[in-house]
Amino acid sequence: MMAFTIAWRELRNLFLSPLAWVILAVLQAVLAWMFLGDVQVFLLNPNGVEGVTDRVASGLYSVISIMMLLVVPLMSMRLVSEERRSGSLVLLLSAPVRMSEVILGKYLGLMGFLAAVLALLTLMPLSLAVGTHLDYLKLFGCVLGMLLMLGAFAAAGLYMSTLTRQPLVAAIASFGLLLFFWVIDSFNAGSALGGSAFQYLSLQGHLFNWLRGRFSSADLIYYLLFAAVFLVLSVRRLDSARLRS
Amino acid sequence: MSRAAAQKYASRKPSKTVVTGTHFHMPNTASAPVVQVENLYRFYGAHCAVHNLSFSLAKGEVLGLLGPNGAGKTSTLQMLAGNLAPSGGRILIDGVDLLDEPLKAKSAIGYLPEVPPLYPELTVDEYLLYAAALHRVPKSKRRSACDSALERCGLKEVRRRLIGNLSKGFQQRVGIAQAILHAPPVVILDEPTVGLDPIQIREIRALIAELGKEHAVILSTHILPEVQAVCSRVQIVHKGRMLYADTLAGLAERLEVTSLVLECRQLPLLKELRAIEGVQAVEKLDSNRARLRFTAGSDPAEAIAVLAVKNKWGLRGLTPEYKSLEQVFVELTTADDSTEAAA
Repeated sequence: MMAFTIAWRELRNLFLSPLAWVILAVLQAVLAWMFLGDVQVFLLNPNGVEGVTDRVASGLYSVISIMMLLVVPLMSMRLVSEERRSGSLVLLLSAPVRMSEVILGKYLGLMGFLAAVLALLTLMPLSLAVGTHLDYLKLFGCVLGMLLMLGAFAAAGLYMSTLTRQPLVAAIASFGLLLFFWVIDSFNAGSALGGSAFQYLSLQGHLFNWLRGRFSSADLIYYLLFAAVFLVLSVRRLDSARLRS
Repeated sequence: MSRAAAQKYASRKPSKTVVTGTHFHMPNTASAPVVQVENLYRFYGAHCAVHNLSFSLAKGEVLGLLGPNGAGKTSTLQMLAGNLAPSGGRILIDGVDLLDEPLKAKSAIGYLPEVPPLYPELTVDEYLLYAAALHRVPKSKRRSACDSALERCGLKEVRRRLIGNLSKGFQQRVGIAQAILHAPPVVILDEPTVGLDPIQIREIRALIAELGKEHAVILSTHILPEVQAVCSRVQIVHKGRMLYADTLAGLAERLEVTSLVLECRQLPLLKELRAIEGVQAVEKLDSNRARLRFTAGSDPAEAIAVLAVKNKWGLRGLTPEYKSLEQVFVELTTADDSTEAAA
C-alpha cells in the first residue's frame, strides 16, 4: 500500500523533470527512423522465410534493448542518490514506512516509466496491423521479455543509486554493471572452463529466446532473480545507512 | 561500536559527568513522559558523539538542547527520530521502543532535520499531501490535516507555489508544517531558526511556543536567547556529554546578573562606588565607564542611580551585564573538569 503511494509520487516526479520527456522524445524519433528503414527492407522482399513480426518487430526490440543499457541508468541514477544529497531522504526515513516499501515504491515508479516507454515504442510494430497480419503472440513474447529485462536493469540501477550521493556516479556505475553482464558471455568462446556459466549469466542471452518467440522458464527466472537480488541489496543498503548516518 | 561495548565503556567511567544516568525531576509529574531516553550512546568509529545521555519529556514541555557546534545535538535528534541507530541505550516514544517497533514509534514523531527534507519540484500543497500519506493519515483526513498545518505555519498564500521558488524562511516553515501535520505527540526540530531573518525568527519562535502547548517539543540550538524565548526546560550538551539539565527558571538563576556597567559624564572616585552596599569590586574601563561587580541576590542599581542624581555624576547609562552562553559553558566545563579531578 505505502509502496504504491511512493511509486505514484516517484512516477510523477520523473515526469516533472525534462529528462523523462527528452528521453521519450529522442527514443521515439530515432527508433521510428530505424523502424521505417526495417519496414522498407521488408517490403523489398516480403516473401522471405520469416514473417513481418520476426523481421521487423524482433529487430526493433533488440535495438531497443541496447539503447536501454544507457537509458535505464540515466533514469535510475537520481532515485536515491539525489534524495540523499538534497536531504529529502530523511522524509522517507523518519516516516513510519519500511525500507522495503521505500525501495519497492521507487522501483515500481521507475518501472511505470519504463513500461510507458515500451508501450509507446510498441505502437510502431502494432501499427503494421493496419496493412498486414501480425503474430500477436510473438509480439507479446517480445514485450514480456523486454519488460522482464527492464525490470532487471532497473533493479541494478536502483541499487547503484543507493550507493552514492552523486547521481552521475550512480549512472556510470550501473551502465558499467549492465554492460558487463550484457557481454559476459563473449568470454566463453572455446573455453571449457565455466563457459556455460558465463553464458547463463548473460543479460543478453536470455533475451534472445523471448525475441524469437520461445518461452523458457529459465529465462523468466533469471530476470526475476537478477531483479530480486539487487532489490534486496538496496533494502539492506538503505537500512545500513541508518547505522552509518 | 556495539551496544555491549558501549555499556562496558559506560561502566568503566561511572562518575565522570555531572549528571550521568540520572533522571531529572519533571515539573509536570502528572502526565506520563512521551519521550524517554536511557543511557544513549553513539560512536563514530572511536569518536564518541553522544555519551550516556538520559532524559525524559512530557507533553506540554519544550526542551531546548543547547550546545556549541559539534556537541552531539544533531546526532541525538537523529537518533530520537529513528534516522540513526544508537550504539547503546534505549529510546521510548510514547512508551514504544524505537528500535523494537520503529514503525509504531515513528508514527508518533514529527521531525524537522537541519536541512528541511523538501522536494523543490512540488508545490507546497502536493508536498504536504504526500507527507500526510507517508505518515499514514487516513485519506479522508489528509486535506484537513494539510489545511490546519498550512494555517498554523502561515503558508496559506503560498500553497500553490513550487517549494523550490520559495524563500528560505518559507521553506523552513514548510519543513515545520511537514513535522506537525499528522499531529504527533513528539515534535523534534533541529535548529529551526537557522538562516532566517529576525522577523521570521520571531514568527517561528511564536509557532514553537504554541506547539509546546499540545505537543512535547525538542529543539536544538546554539543560541541562548532562543532557549530563553521558547523553552520550558534546557539541557546543555558539550562534547557529547550532558553538562547541565534544568528548568528555564534554573537556567535564569545561573545567568543571573552579577555585574553592571556604569557610564557617567563624570565618573566618581572608585572608592565611593565600592562603598555602595552589595558592591564587591569596581573596575575602571575608561574615563566615563566603570564595571561594578556585586554579590548575587543584591541589586545596587537603584542605590547607584540615587547617588548619581544626588552627587551630579551625570548618569548616562546603567547596563546590567548578562552572562553569555560562552561564560556558562566555561563555568560548566571547568566545574566538570574539577569534579573529574576530584574523582
